[in-house]
Amino acid sequence: MSRPITAYAAYELASIFARGDISALEITRAHLAAIAERNADVGAYTAITAERALKTAAQLDDKRASGEALPPLAGAPFAVKNLIDIAGVTTLAGSRINRDHAPASVDAPVIRRLEAAGAILLGALNMGEYAYDFTGRNCHDGNAHNPHDLARMSGGSSGGSGAAAAAGLAAITLGSDTNGSIRVPASLCGLFGLKATYGAIPRSGTFPFVASFDHIGPLARSVRDLALSFDAMAGLDSDDPVSIAAPNQPVTATLEDGISGLRIARLGGYFARMGSPEAFAAVDVVARGLRVTETLEWPEVEAARAAAFIITMTEGAALHLDRLKTRAADFDPEVRDRLLAGAMLPGVWAVQAQKFRRHFRAKVLELFRHHDAFIAPATPTTAPLVDQKTFMLDGQELPVRANLGLFTQPISFIGLPVVAVPCRAANGLPIGVQIITAPGREDTALRLARTLERDGIAHSGVAGT
Amino acid sequence: MRLPSAAKISAFAQSASDALDLPLPETYRPGVEANLSVAFRLSAHFLDSDLGDEAEPAPVFHAMSGSSRQEQP
Repeated sequence: MSRPITAYAAYELASIFARGDISALEITRAHLAAIAERNADVGAYTAITAERALKTAAQLDDKRASGEALPPLAGAPFAVKNLIDIAGVTTLAGSRINRDHAPASVDAPVIRRLEAAGAILLGALNMGEYAYDFTGRNCHDGNAHNPHDLARMSGGSSGGSGAAAAAGLAAITLGSDTNGSIRVPASLCGLFGLKATYGAIPRSGTFPFVASFDHIGPLARSVRDLALSFDAMAGLDSDDPVSIAAPNQPVTATLEDGISGLRIARLGGYFARMGSPEAFAAVDVVARGLRVTETLEWPEVEAARAAAFIITMTEGAALHLDRLKTRAADFDPEVRDRLLAGAMLPGVWAVQAQKFRRHFRAKVLELFRHHDAFIAPATPTTAPLVDQKTFMLDGQELPVRANLGLFTQPISFIGLPVVAVPCRAANGLPIGVQIITAPGREDTALRLARTLERDGIAHSGVAGT
Repeated sequence: MRLPSAAKISAFAQSASDALDLPLPETYRPGVEANLSVAFRLSAHFLDSDLGDEAEPAPVFHAMSGSSRQEQP
C-alpha cells in the first residue's frame, strides 16, 4: 500500500479489503492506533468502541475467507456524532446533563444500516452542546480542533465528525445538520459533506434539536463515500415521522455521468454579501469548473434565515424547557442563554415563521423548474481561531458562533439537499462551497461534486498529507 | 415593527421569567437579553409578510397516523 491505511477513502479500503490485500482487523487496528496517537490533539472522539470494532472486523474477515459476497463498504471504518445512539454507550449530545442518562439499549437505524453495508463502527464523536453550535467548541468534553491548523476551530456542531474525518481517524463520519452543522465543519475541515433531503435519512435513535430542521448525514474525504453512505442509510423508518422513501435507484449509479445538460446558476444577492474574499473566490473556482455563467437571486433569503433562527430558538427551548428550569447551571452558558430567550418568545412568531417557510419553499421550488442546481458559499470565512468570538464581515464585527452558518441556514430551512465540496483558499486553509439541488435530487448534487473532484477543483485528504 | 428599547427587553425578560418560572439570575441576564434583542430584530424580517389568511404553517398535521409522511415541510 502506497499510503498509510488511514489515508485511504472508505471505498478504497473496501476495494483493497475485497481483493484480499489487507484484513479488516488491520484496517481497524490502524485506525484505533491513529486515534490513540492523535485524538488528544484534535478532540474528535468522546467514546471509542474498540472491542466492538475489532469483533466486527474479525467477522468481516471470516466472511471474506468463506467466500461470501461482501457489501459495498466492507472494512470501512466510521464513527458517529455523539447524539446518535450506540448500544451500550450513553448518548451525550455534547452535554453534561445527558451523562446521567442510561446507555442506549439499541443502535440507531443509521448505524445498523451502515454496518449492514459492511462498515465498522469505531466510536462516538464530539459535538457542540445539544447541537446549538457552529464552532466545534465544547466546554464539557473539550473543544474539537481543526486538523489543518490545531489553533483553529473545526466548525460545528459536528465538530468531532469534521476533525475525525480530516485527521484520518475514520473514513466516514456521521454528523447532524439542523442549520449547517454538517456543512460548516465540512467547509472548515476540508471535507465533502452531505445534508440530504429532509427526511431522506432517518433520525430515529438520535437525540433531537429542532424537529423541523434536523438531518443526519455523512462527512468524508471522497464523493463516492458520501454516495455509498447515502445509499446505505436512506429509506423509510417507521420511528421517524418525517422519514421518506429512498430514491428509486442508488445515487452511486449516476456518479460519473458528468454535467452535460445540467442547468446551474450561482446564487447572488444575500449569498454574495457578508463573506470573505476567500469564500467568494472558492465559488468562482467551482463556477468555472461547472461552466456556470448565470447568477440568480433567491427572494427573501434574509427573512428565511430569520425565520429559521426563530424556529430554532423556540423548538430548541421547547425541547429543553424542563432542563432549563431544573438544571440551568449545567448548560454551556451560551447555549443556555439562547434557549432561555427562546422560551420567552411569543408562540405566534414561531407559527408565522412556519407559514413563511411554506411560502419560501414555494418560491424557491419555482426556480428549480428552470435550474437543476445552485452554488453558494458554505461558510463566510475559513476556520477562525478556536477561541475567536467575533469576525469582520463586510466591515461589521459580528459574533462567530451565530454567523458561521449564515449561508447554510436559509437552505436547510426548506430541507433541500446540499453537498458541501472542499476547496483551498489563498491562505492555505480549506473552505467549502454548497451545491444545492431540488428535493430528492441528491444524485445530481453528488454527480456535480464528483465532477469537481475528478477535475481536481474540489479536493479532500487527510490534513497534512 | 418597531424594535423595543433595551429597557423594554429587560422588563420583558423579567416578566417572562416570573410568569413562566424560568431562571433569570443576574449572571444570565446579559446573554438572555442579547439573544432576545437578536430575536426581535430578526423577527421583523418576516412578521410583517402578508402571507394571506389561507397560508398554512409547515408542517401540516394529518389526523390519520402515517399519512403525515406524505407531506414535505
